Amino acid sequence: MSADTDVEVLRRQGRIVVVGASLAGLRAAETLREQGFTGSLTVIGDEPYEPYDRPPLSKQALLGRARPEDTALPRRRDIDAVWRLGVAAEGLDRDAKQVRLANGDTVAYDRLLITTGTRARPWIHPEEAGLDGVFVLRTRDDSARLCRKLTGGVSRVLVIGAGFTGSEVASACRELGLEVTVAERGPAPLVGALGGVVGAVADRLQRRHGVDLRCGISVTALEGDYVGRLRRAHLSDGSAIDVDVAVVSLGAVRNTEWLAGSGLAAGPRGIACDAGCRVFDVNGIVTDDIYAAGDVARSPHPLFDYQFLSLEHWGNAVEQAEIAAHNMICAGPDRRPHLWLPMFWSSQFGVNIKSVGVPPLGDQLVVAQGTLGEERFVAVYGYRGRVIAAASFDGAKWLGFYQQQIESGAPFPPEYRTVDRRTETLEPVDPAFPDPHLPTHGPTVTLTGHSPSERRIKFVPSHA
Amino acid sequence: MTPDTISAQIIDYANRADPYPLYAELRKTPVRREDDGTYLVSTYYEVRSLANDPRLSNDTRNRPPGYARPGQPAEESGLPPGFIFTDPPVHDRLRDTINRPFGPPHSPRFLDALRGDLTKVVTELLDAFEGKDQVDIVEDFAYPLPVTAICKVLGVPREDEPRFHGWADALAAALDPRPGGDDAEQKGQQARQELGSYLADLIETKRRHPGPGILSALAPDMTPADLEATAVLLLVAGHETTVNAITNTTLTLLRHPDILERFQKEPDLAVPLIEEVLRYEPPVQFVTWTTALADIDVAGTTIPKGSPVWLMLAAANRDPKRFKDPDRFDPDRKDNEHLGFYTGIHYCFGAPLARIELHMAVPELFRRVKFSGPLEDPPPYRTNAVLRGPRHLPVAIEGLTS
Ligand SMILES: Cc1cc2nc3c(=O)[nH]c(=O)nc-3n(C[C@H](O)[C@H](O)[C@H](O)COP(=O)(O)OP(=O)(O)OC[C@H]3O[C@@H](n4cnc5c(N)ncnc54)[C@H](O)[C@@H]3O)c2cc1C
Repeated sequence: MSADTDVEVLRRQGRIVVVGASLAGLRAAETLREQGFTGSLTVIGDEPYEPYDRPPLSKQALLGRARPEDTALPRRRDIDAVWRLGVAAEGLDRDAKQVRLANGDTVAYDRLLITTGTRARPWIHPEEAGLDGVFVLRTRDDSARLCRKLTGGVSRVLVIGAGFTGSEVASACRELGLEVTVAERGPAPLVGALGGVVGAVADRLQRRHGVDLRCGISVTALEGDYVGRLRRAHLSDGSAIDVDVAVVSLGAVRNTEWLAGSGLAAGPRGIACDAGCRVFDVNGIVTDDIYAAGDVARSPHPLFDYQFLSLEHWGNAVEQAEIAAHNMICAGPDRRPHLWLPMFWSSQFGVNIKSVGVPPLGDQLVVAQGTLGEERFVAVYGYRGRVIAAASFDGAKWLGFYQQQIESGAPFPPEYRTVDRRTETLEPVDPAFPDPHLPTHGPTVTLTGHSPSERRIKFVPSHA
Repeated sequence: MTPDTISAQIIDYANRADPYPLYAELRKTPVRREDDGTYLVSTYYEVRSLANDPRLSNDTRNRPPGYARPGQPAEESGLPPGFIFTDPPVHDRLRDTINRPFGPPHSPRFLDALRGDLTKVVTELLDAFEGKDQVDIVEDFAYPLPVTAICKVLGVPREDEPRFHGWADALAAALDPRPGGDDAEQKGQQARQELGSYLADLIETKRRHPGPGILSALAPDMTPADLEATAVLLLVAGHETTVNAITNTTLTLLRHPDILERFQKEPDLAVPLIEEVLRYEPPVQFVTWTTALADIDVAGTTIPKGSPVWLMLAAANRDPKRFKDPDRFDPDRKDNEHLGFYTGIHYCFGAPLARIELHMAVPELFRRVKFSGPLEDPPPYRTNAVLRGPRHLPVAIEGLTS
């Protein structure tokens, strides 16, 4: 039987299993049906809900503008799937081509798609994390619980970590009229994602909106009362603040533990796959029946030195899922690469923030349009003389242009005149990213490869 | 501009009723240099990318001397340019300010609240068709509605319409790059000044006695000159565009009886149908007032710094590389991201209002009126090549339902 007839049989009567019933999982399932897959489709998710959308959870939902249970993802089409919700996948047997579920069931597949995403990184001390009043924010339940708490009369909220999620929570708190302290280990909010220069703008923005922002500080301990309610937080500068809510926003952890022992290249940095979303095994050999997409995947990108990128971006999850689904049911020559240009947005303190490309790769920065002082600008990041990324505050409409600049490897700094360019010459500055080896709340784009000039390959005989 | 250039042909009134073959010709050279150094861009992706390119300026003061500078005030009028002819940061500041009373998030219900009044106007206009066997869609329907709407939006007395109608027309005509346009330009400047002082008086009154409409709401936040320039712009834009959109829709439907019949049975078709008209017969055909601030490479051509650039929206809307079978009027078209309202930071400010008006007017017109057809096809067009639409659309009607 030729490979092509295999694909035909697969499309008609194959068994496809998707593990992870969220954004990427749903979009992949829809794409499979869209492209004519008529076999059996099983979607496994450990949450009890059908796929829902996360971005509103830290924005509208906290303000009570959208109930967390109303953020179900719109369906593009009927997907006729068997939904196994509320049960986690616990293991993968590649020889038997089976996924093992927490309830002991096994589900057989011809093609497997992994979209298990990430979860919130929990507070470092488990017993403190268990205090009443300590929250993380990743799921609909998290958001509903936090929302109830915030609208139920609290005196002060502590946000630990000023990445995107933490900053959005702080913004929502201020909009609700709550007192909020933000503790950030780095020198400024958003520093991991956009660097210290842009972070300084976010810093001003937060303070202007009445946030008690403490940078260069970490929370050392959370203290509860005798019935286990959060009462106080201790900070690394020796001070303490009385709080009844703490929102731990320390970035995300990739949901790959269930793949331990499977022989896939899956670890804390995600699941390594090729540009076609096919997962690598631990020896770097590509599988042809296992695919990954969304927050859990990491894959090489030619625009960024073939660095393995792992992205926590809504748009990436959609796009990668569609490519993975397409490739799963195609013969080799019809497969398409996932060469999405990273793109992320956030909204906080009334400002729309957006980035394209990979800012953390930037070694230089110029403000190409607007000014930092007005909190309305486009900052362009350069990497070895090329435009590599751009970030805007209330200037998202321009990013399409900078996206083209990135895609065409345009020289950095940009020399041309533009509207709203305030200075004659653009003096590049250091974007001030923190040392990548230091832990941060998570930059939303992580370079998970190593530099081609370093020799760091080592043979891993069994598990990643 | 020499008469044989393609831009001259587009402007030539002889081609007004059907400029589309010229646009097709134009698309063969996506970025085309005219003899006077003007660049015409006519293909979809190129127009879209330039409209979003920060190296393209809407402030025609960036043109080197010797080139037409549409939108620029003559010295004596003393008014700053309307925000459509400005770049950020001025543009963003003005537009943000004006947006506040006009729409979400600050005034989410403002436009919605106009619906009641507009429905009444539509009903009255159509009631007046009773007993007639022929009407002029422009005079009797498509014109009065947007004028009422823009008066309501601004808070300008509707009774003053006869006064500002002429000024608005002259101003719109000045946008038209006609050869020998000096006269029109001069008349435009004069009209701008007169309309400006009419509005300045009105704004002054509103400062003292605030009333409904955005002029009152804006008076405390804007300088008198900025507000006056804005009012002039909105009043003119409110006059000349939606009229054409409503008329073009009517004419297009009368030319496609099969689709009209479907529409009368499926009122939900209104949404995609109106979007398709905006692609197929956009009321703003092209934009003549952008200038390159730097050398810009597009589609293998370099547009040199300082060049006037015309973005041919109507040509781009029928680019076969973007739209399948583009010369077909097809309300079932998927993924209809037309450029009828432009794109980028200068995306039509009035688009939400225009859509509301179209959705009030068009379904009701075809629900109530039984048409026998246009009395003249093509109907007589306005002279304007930029704001293109029929001057009159006489139609025979058979009756009216209530
Ligand atoms: C609060 C918040 C705000 C955000 N805001 C933005 C924003 O403004 N802009 C933006 O671009 N992005 C934003 N994001 C990121 C965006 O939501 C993610 O990129 C997107 O959800 C990724 O989708 P995914 O399907 O890959 O993974 P996820 O959404 O993480 O879904 C993975 C699913 O798999 C399930 N799962 C995990 N392990 C197993 C297992 N073993 N068995 C079965 N199921 C399992 C998980 O419970 C989860 O339901 C935000 C995220 C959060 C949490």
